[in-house]
Amino acid sequence: MSVAPHEAVSAAIAAARKGGRTALVGFLTAGFPRRERFRDDLAAVAAAADVVEVGVPFSDPMADGTTIQRASFAALANGVTLPWILGEVAAVTATGGAPILLMSYLNPLLAYGLERLPRAAAAAGIAGFIVPDLPFEERAELKAALDREGLALVQMVTPVTPRERLERLCADARGFVYAVTMTGTTGKAAAVPDDVLAYMDRVRAAARVPVCAGFGIRSREQVDRFAGHVDGVVVGSALVEVLERGEDPRAFLASLR
Amino acid sequence: MTSASGAAATAAASVPDRRGRFGPFGGRYVPETLVAALDRLQAGIDRYLASEDFQAEFRSELATWVGRPTALTHALTLSRRWGADVWLKREDLAHTGAHKINNAIGQTLLAKRLGAKRIIAETGAGQHGVASAAAAARVGLPCTVYMGAVDVERQAPNVGRMKLLGATVVPVTSGDATLRVAIDEALRDWVADPEGTYYSIGSAVGPHPYPYLVRELQSVIGREARAQMLERTGALPDAAFACVGGGSNAIGLFHPFLEDAGVRLVGIEAGGRGQGLGDNAASLTYGTPGVLQGSYTLILQDEHGQVRETHSVSAGLDYSGVGPEHAYLLRTGRVAYEAASDAEALDALVECARYEGILPAIETAHAFAGARRYAASHPGARILIGCSGRGDKDMPILQRTVLEGLA
Ligand SMILES: Cc1ncc(COP(=O)(O)O)c(C=O)c1O
Repeated sequence: MSVAPHEAVSAAIAAARKGGRTALVGFLTAGFPRRERFRDDLAAVAAAADVVEVGVPFSDPMADGTTIQRASFAALANGVTLPWILGEVAAVTATGGAPILLMSYLNPLLAYGLERLPRAAAAAGIAGFIVPDLPFEERAELKAALDREGLALVQMVTPVTPRERLERLCADARGFVYAVTMTGTTGKAAAVPDDVLAYMDRVRAAARVPVCAGFGIRSREQVDRFAGHVDGVVVGSALVEVLERGEDPRAFLASLR
Repeated sequence: MTSASGAAATAAASVPDRRGRFGPFGGRYVPETLVAALDRLQAGIDRYLASEDFQAEFRSELATWVGRPTALTHALTLSRRWGADVWLKREDLAHTGAHKINNAIGQTLLAKRLGAKRIIAETGAGQHGVASAAAAARVGLPCTVYMGAVDVERQAPNVGRMKLLGATVVPVTSGDATLRVAIDEALRDWVADPEGTYYSIGSAVGPHPYPYLVRELQSVIGREARAQMLERTGALPDAAFACVGGGSNAIGLFHPFLEDAGVRLVGIEAGGRGQGLGDNAASLTYGTPGVLQGSYTLILQDEHGQVRETHSVSAGLDYSGVGPEHAYLLRTGRVAYEAASDAEALDALVECARYEGILPAIETAHAFAGARRYAASHPGARILIGCSGRGDKDMPILQRTVLEGLA
């Protein structure tokens, strides 16, 4: 293996920066709004974004606001499961496109089995994981498993993460550091006051991999505000809503550039 | 006492470890936003919980506002009917009508010391909601209670009580609209304001340090009951029974007895209408290990790790998970867990009301059903039942079920 999957994630973000852009990380919930359209939706997002996050639906999405909750429950009702997602993602990664991460709460991963998960994910062309309910102190087992395949376990930090902890969390982050823009769940439009930019600058100073801001990013104005303070932005609920309305995700992502 | 069970009992008394582990169970599975808040809570517990000043205020509130110690009642007619010697620890006599108040006032006093600006809570049966609303009013903090929309309807009397006590009640309509989604929604509220808001969780569940904190605050039940049994009967009970939803009244009753290896401890879960996934809320009896709402414990889930909806006639037991210490006590074998069905619980409720003049909560009635089963195979046994709460709140359901039959 020449480039480890986690390095491919960092590199995709760095490439956008080299091109003078803030990288776009696009999030979509697997199998929402329609299970049979997921491959096409994923391919479209993977063609337009620099990195893709595929949301594994979960029955108790405690870090998510109303949009991703709705998408998760609908996807579960559509019969979406992790094994199905791995198969769909594999079909899309086979043809290239942006690196793909899975965003999943811990329990579906435990049910799949931490022993066999990294191999199966790597085989599907997945570059890493984001696990919103797995704090640094509890991550050792999953981290060790993913390391074996060179997969990223993306670390989140927040505005209320104490300074010394923030440095520890950033120090050995892989892929990118996910800097949550605010205290709150996903979806609500985030204001971008100066102190949020100062916090992003602090994260960037501590991190050795790119930093992406996420939660509540919906508009070109927000992306412009963050420019120069982060390497990329994560667009989640807004993109899910675009897909839900049946609009073209490529056009929406292009409008943020 | 065999040496094996003695060792299990001693080990059980010394958990959790610093990371909140009860053997493999417990831990802290939360978004990063809440980690600092949980660290502050832990620091607050270390600083205040054992302090003379906190304990004095807590004891004084328990004695003069909650009405502790609660009575130990000799259930004379049940004893005769069951061929056993039956004693009831009367948490139904505590202020607001259930054991929940012990925890609610304790956490609210702690929240005040931590500088919290508001209290949030979830509730199933409404008992923790009422207790939290009352405690917040007493201490002078605003309170918001999240409650599944189904529970708002089936526990309507408690919704009105919460409002009178000054709380804001927020119905939650997602999922099966019961306790689990109420906890999800409370967690989301807390994530939005981890520094100003104190989340007063209502059972021995959730991320570390909550299962420990709730156990410590509820253990007053077992300490009192143990001393009262010794004083009244000169001996410890042969067996003690408590219902298990999240497990707070059960751990409160059991914990002070863990090292008494001769006392059989039995938790009774909601067996609902059967053994199938979705037909009950018996996570210890039918569940598998997984992470739900901050803790690694036994949960009712499908093969893909999706947490399943539950069924129980009792709102307070209608939950897909259980406190991690119970998962641990099941694994060590120190506590046995069984399920009692909706029908058994309602039957036991009617019997207790009719023959002891006590209308227990439907949650509580599950413990009576389990105890009655035990008595049938252990004639003459001395049995302690945790009478966790009163049944006034259940009148809408009782009207639709047993009262229909009596009409
Ligand atoms: C009277 C009563 N008993 C028991 C319970 C179950 O909770 P736990 O298992 O935490 O004691 C409830 C919960 O609402 C309750 O109201």
